[in-house]
Amino acid sequence: MSRTDWEVVIGLEVHTQLSTQSKIFSGASIAFGAEPNVQACAVDIALPGVLPVLNKGAVERAIRFGLAVGATIAPKSVFARKNYFYPDLPKGYQISQYELPVVVGGQIHLLVPDGKGGAYEKVVNLTRAHLEEDAGKSLHEDFHGMTGIDLNRAGTPLLEIVSEPEMSSSAEAVAYAKALHGIVRWIDICDGNMQEGSFRCDANVSVRPRGQKEFGTRREIKNLNSFRFMQQAIDYEIQWQIDLIEDGGKVQQATVLFDSDTGETRAMRSKEDAHDYRYFPDPDLLPLIIDSAWIERVKGELPELPAALSARFQNDFGLSIYDATALTASREVSQFYLDTVAAAGTASAKTCANWVMGEVAARLNKAELDITASPVSALQLAGLVQRIADNTISNAIAKKVFDALWNKEGGDDANAADTIIETQGLKQVTDSGAIEAIIDEVLAANQKSVEEFRAGKEKAFNALVGQCMKASKGKANPAQVNEILKKKLG
Amino acid sequence: MSLSLDEVRHIAKLARLELAEGDLDATQAKLNGIFGLIEEMQAVNTDGVEPMSHPQELAQRLREDKVIETDRRAAYQAIAPQTEAGLYLVPQVIE
Repeated sequence: MSRTDWEVVIGLEVHTQLSTQSKIFSGASIAFGAEPNVQACAVDIALPGVLPVLNKGAVERAIRFGLAVGATIAPKSVFARKNYFYPDLPKGYQISQYELPVVVGGQIHLLVPDGKGGAYEKVVNLTRAHLEEDAGKSLHEDFHGMTGIDLNRAGTPLLEIVSEPEMSSSAEAVAYAKALHGIVRWIDICDGNMQEGSFRCDANVSVRPRGQKEFGTRREIKNLNSFRFMQQAIDYEIQWQIDLIEDGGKVQQATVLFDSDTGETRAMRSKEDAHDYRYFPDPDLLPLIIDSAWIERVKGELPELPAALSARFQNDFGLSIYDATALTASREVSQFYLDTVAAAGTASAKTCANWVMGEVAARLNKAELDITASPVSALQLAGLVQRIADNTISNAIAKKVFDALWNKEGGDDANAADTIIETQGLKQVTDSGAIEAIIDEVLAANQKSVEEFRAGKEKAFNALVGQCMKASKGKANPAQVNEILKKKLG
Repeated sequence: MSLSLDEVRHIAKLARLELAEGDLDATQAKLNGIFGLIEEMQAVNTDGVEPMSHPQELAQRLREDKVIETDRRAAYQAIAPQTEAGLYLVPQVIE
């Protein structure tokens, strides 16, 4: 069987760390990077007699998320105990939600790269999202044959977002994870920092012969902490499962880890009875009741969502869905773009989009800078775009001006582009007399090309245009050069 | 419903209870007694009764999202069996 005879089924579980000040059930801080155990209070270390008290900020973030993805906010949800023994879980159970989660359903809209330079749209349905507490950290370096336990992370609020198994390639899984990452940052419920573990992805992967109704047996790849690793791990896992089945083997349900050094997935030693969690409602916590007034208030405080803004970019500015999606990847990018268009004028919206996604993104990426730290401000970029629009400079010269802006050659003012164009003499030559003079010179010096053109060689014309542009140091208006040159040769 | 001895062993293991072979029969009898009680309760007709997750018909009170705890690590670690570099030490966990 070839690769195309197999169908891949992927579902994602994403643990997002909520951006609260304090823990989900205690008043200890969740700030990252503190000394071990200084942020682990009596509740977090499970001293006898302590009781959990639910953090309103965590619930409110769950509501924000539910509203942002068009889900149902459960009017009543219930916390349950998930029982297992591990030293970084001092209570012997994790407080989570099981039968009645706070967020039910919802959808994520994606644009998936098709690998051929294009992209296609896809909708992934969400199963649920539920609130739970994080565990502590086990440090397995050798402490005289002992394991070290840091409980600072214990009790950190998480929203676990579970998708339906509706993705069929690593590209779709990554597009989903990126879209979700964009949303949780957009609505400000999670900082999205994958290195610090604020956004952790588990991928459930299975394969089945194309056309088969039943799902194949899945393996769960744990803790994918970058989009690149996610792609690599899923691709490796898919091929591994296909090879195994084609060689007559059977996939066993398992939890696997991705080794980024070898690029392989390998099964973790299965914790015996790990899946026998014996969930039951936590008697320490009453049902969580969310009334419609609370939901309405949160709705009123939500920012314009990326999907709505993307639609506005398409309708009002005539952008393609691809451009509109790229420009709504984060609030910072969309704000930069909106500021640029506001100053440059709506007529230049498409040009602004090309610059923000093109030159600006590329330079920021290379310099490893966030758009909020861009050396070229939105207003300065708008100043540049305006000079392209009014034909003061050509596109080729605009790149030069942008470089100068980036290097602060025009200072920090909004009109820096004008300063650069003025002081460096980059204004486009549109005076036909001047252009004619340049063309005459070029023609005189390139008689060979002229003859070739007259003999029917079209390419010779382009060579002559190039010579004229070069002679004008790129400043001649290319359209005018074309026109006048044609006349002279015609 | 009655539990097999293997199920009793499994439950004990999940609860991290060490049961001597000699205690298995007595434990099985006690657990089966509990299941007997549950069976009696299941005879009650509960059609149309919404399951409750808590005996009290109340809503969870919520806490404002504020940090109110201070660092009391030294006090907590004073009663821990073993600590080092701010960490609680436990017998080696092998993944």
